[in-house]
Amino acid sequence: MASLNSIQKSSHVGVINEGDYVMLKKGDVYKAVQVLKRRKIIFEKQWFYLDNAIGEHYGSKFEVASGGGLRSIKETTEDTSADVKAAGADNRNIVDDGKSQKLTRDDIEALKEKGLKGEVKIDMMVENTDTTFRISRPISRDSFIKKSSKKYETTVTLLRPTARLLALMYIDREPSKICHLRYDTLAQMLTLGNIHAGSKVIVMETCAGLVLGAVMERMGGFGSVIHVYPSGGPVRAATDSFGFPSSFYNGLYGLPVCKIKPLLSGTFFAKSSINSEPEAVALVAEENDNAVDKKNHCEQEEEGQLNTASTTDDSRTAGEEEERMEVVSEDPEKQESKEKSRKKCDDNAQERRRRQEDKMQKQLEAANLLRDRNADGLIIACRFHPCQLLLSLVEFLAPSRPFVVYCLYKEPLLECYTMLRERGGVVSLRVSETWLRHYQVLPNRTHPKPIMSGGGGYLLTGTTVAMNSVKLAADASDSLKNEEPACKKQKTEDS
Amino acid sequence: MSFIEYQNDIKDGDTAIVFLGHDSMFPIKVQHGSQTQTKYGVIRHSTDLIGKKFGSKVTCSKGGWVYILHPTPELWTANLPHRTQILYSTDIAMITMMLELRPGSVVCESGTGSASLSHAIIRTIAPTGHLYTVEFHQQRALKAVEEFRDHKVDHLVTVKNQDVCKHGFGVTGIADAVFLDIPSPWEAITHAKSALKMEGGRICSFSPCIEQAQRTCQAMEENGFTEIDTLEILLRVFDIRTVNMQIPDLGKGEEDTSAAECDENRKPQECAKKQFELQGTVAFKTAVSLKSMSGHTGYLTFATKSLF
Repeated sequence: MASLNSIQKSSHVGVINEGDYVMLKKGDVYKAVQVLKRRKIIFEKQWFYLDNAIGEHYGSKFEVASGGGLRSIKETTEDTSADVKAAGADNRNIVDDGKSQKLTRDDIEALKEKGLKGEVKIDMMVENTDTTFRISRPISRDSFIKKSSKKYETTVTLLRPTARLLALMYIDREPSKICHLRYDTLAQMLTLGNIHAGSKVIVMETCAGLVLGAVMERMGGFGSVIHVYPSGGPVRAATDSFGFPSSFYNGLYGLPVCKIKPLLSGTFFAKSSINSEPEAVALVAEENDNAVDKKNHCEQEEEGQLNTASTTDDSRTAGEEEERMEVVSEDPEKQESKEKSRKKCDDNAQERRRRQEDKMQKQLEAANLLRDRNADGLIIACRFHPCQLLLSLVEFLAPSRPFVVYCLYKEPLLECYTMLRERGGVVSLRVSETWLRHYQVLPNRTHPKPIMSGGGGYLLTGTTVAMNSVKLAADASDSLKNEEPACKKQKTEDS
Repeated sequence: MSFIEYQNDIKDGDTAIVFLGHDSMFPIKVQHGSQTQTKYGVIRHSTDLIGKKFGSKVTCSKGGWVYILHPTPELWTANLPHRTQILYSTDIAMITMMLELRPGSVVCESGTGSASLSHAIIRTIAPTGHLYTVEFHQQRALKAVEEFRDHKVDHLVTVKNQDVCKHGFGVTGIADAVFLDIPSPWEAITHAKSALKMEGGRICSFSPCIEQAQRTCQAMEENGFTEIDTLEILLRVFDIRTVNMQIPDLGKGEEDTSAAECDENRKPQECAKKQFELQGTVAFKTAVSLKSMSGHTGYLTFATKSLF
C-alpha cells in the first residue's frame, strides 16, 4: 500500500515542465494551453509568456508583469473588504446622477497604464465613490468590490487539466464543439456507463475528444478504449489537452465508423488484408515522385500533405504537424537551403507512411478487440443521428453491460428506445435528463443563481442481456441436461 | 464477479442482481446449494446460476424467467439494503467528477452509511487508489466491512469506527479528495483539510438543508478553501409512450373541398380512409415526465484546497 501511495504521490506532486498541458484560470474563466518557451499566450485580454511557470508547482498563482512575464505569488492576498465602516440601511437616498464615481474614465485608464495592482485600483475606486458607497448597504458594497475585482484581477492560476476543468471550459467557451454536452450530463454518462479501469470501452464521439478524454481519465491507462470516429478522421483536440502520459495512448484504438458494417458482417478481415497492400504501394510510388522531381515544390508539397493529413490522418498528428510548422516559421534561423527542406520532405513522407501503417495496425487491433463482441461499455455522444450507430455498436457488447447514448434532442432517443425495444436484448431502458442549479451561499443572501442552463441534453441508458434467439438454443440444451424437469417436480412438491 | 472487474461467468460466492423486469430487481449472493424465491418461482443456484453467463435469461420453476445481471455500483445503489438514507447515482456521478476521482486517487469519506457512495468511489479509484471511510456507528461500520469483503473490494478500503468531527479521518496529508455526508460537516472541515495532500485537493459536502450548506461554506472559507460552489442536481426521467389525441369535430365546411381535391388525385378510397383517420385521432410518440419525481436530495458544496 505504502509503495503504491508513493508512486501515486510522485506522479501527482510534480512541477510544471516544458511541454506540459496546463489549464489557465482567471476568475471562472479557463483556457487549456501547452507550456512552450517563448510562446505568446493571449488570455482574457492579457498576453504573457509561460516561461517563468516552468519549474513551479501546479496550482501556483501568477501575476502578469509588464512585458508578458509571469511573477509567482506565494501568499494568498488578504480580504480587501475586511473593514466595514459606516453603512446605510437601504437605498432611499441614493440617486443615480451618474456622478458618484469621482475618477474619470481617463483617470482609470491612467491607473491601468501605470501597471498598478488590481487591488490598489479597486481601493482607489472605492475611495473615490465617496457619496454612494458610504451610504449603500453592506451587501451592495460587497458586490461592488466583487464586481470590480473580477474586472481588474490580474492573477492567473496554472492548474493540472482534468475532465472537470475541461468540461467546464468547453461548455463555456465552445459549446457547439462538444454538442452542448453539459458537465453534469458527462458525469452521468461516465457513471451510468460504469467506466472504470480494466474495461474495454467503445466510444463514439464527436465532442472534440472531450468524452474520449474523460473516459481515458477514468480508466487510468488500464484496459482499452476503441474510439469510433467519423470517416473524416477523429478530432482529439480536447483529449490532448488532458496531457495524458503516452502509456495511456497504448490502450487507445481508432476505428472509422465506415468499418462498422463490414466488421459486423465479417467482411472486414477479408477486405483489409487485400486493401492494405495496394495502399502501401501507392504511398511508395507517391513518395518516389516527390523525391525525383519537384525539389522546388517541396514546401508546397508539404502543405498538401498537411491537408491530406488533416482530412485522412487523425487530427492529433495533424495538430502536431501544424505545431511544428508554426515553430519552424517562427524560428529566425529558418532560412535554410533547399537541400535541407528536401531532406525534411523525405523524412516527412517516411514519417507519414510510418504513421499510416501504424494507423492500419491499430485499426486491425481494434477490429480484433471487437471481433469477439465482448466489449464492456458503450458511450455515444456525437452529432450524428444515434439510431443506426447504437443498433450496430450495441452488437459488440457482452451481455450484462451498460450503454449510454447522449443526444442534445429528445426525439432521436425516443426512436432509439423504440427500435431497441423491437430488437430485444436490452433491459432497464431509460431516457433521462439532469437539471443543474447553482446557489449563491452567503450570510443572509442565499438563493439559487438567477440563471441556470436551459438544457444539457438527454441520455438514453440501458443494459444488454442475452438475445432471445441465442437463449432459446441454450434453453433446449438445458432441458436436455434433465435438470429442468427435476426443478419442476421440486416446485410442485413445494407448493 | 467483482465490483471493480467484469467477469463473464457466474461463480459460487458472487453477488448477482436478479432482474424481474421493469425496475424490479434485487441482489442475491450466489451459493452452491441455496435457492432464491421470486414471483416466477424458485431459482436454484447450483443448477440455474453457477457456470451461466451474466446477462443470461434464467427460467424459474413456474416457467417465468428473470435475467441475472453483473453487479455494478449503480445496480447496487438501486438495490442495497438501506441502513441509512443513501446517495443515489445522479448525485454520485456529480460527486465523482467534481472531486476529480480516477484510478489511483486517495479518498476520505464520512460517514460510510449504507456504503452506496463507497462502492462507486472504490470502482473509480481501483486498482491503485484507496478509500478511507469513517463511520461512528459501530454496527454500520461492521456491516460495511462485511459487504466490502463479500464484494471482493476490501483491499481498496479501510473502514474506521470513530467520530470524524472529533478524531478526523485517521490519516493526514495523503488524500486527493474528501467527501462529507454528516449532520454537521462544518465541524469536520479542519480534519478534512489536514487529511488532504499538502499540494491540495478537492472537497465535497452533502447536506439536505440550506442552513447546513451555509455553515459549511463559512467553515470552508475560514479554512482557506477556494472555488467554493454549492449546487443541486435533479434527475428527470421520462416515460416513453405513444399517445392518441382526438381531433375535435369542427363541423362540415372546408372538408368538402379538400375531399374533392383528393378525388382528383386518383386513389379516392385511400384518401377517404386517411381523412377518416385524421378526423378521429392523431397518434404520436412522446416522452412524458413522471407524475412525481425526486425534487431534492441535498445541496452539494464543492471546494478546492489550494497549494498556497
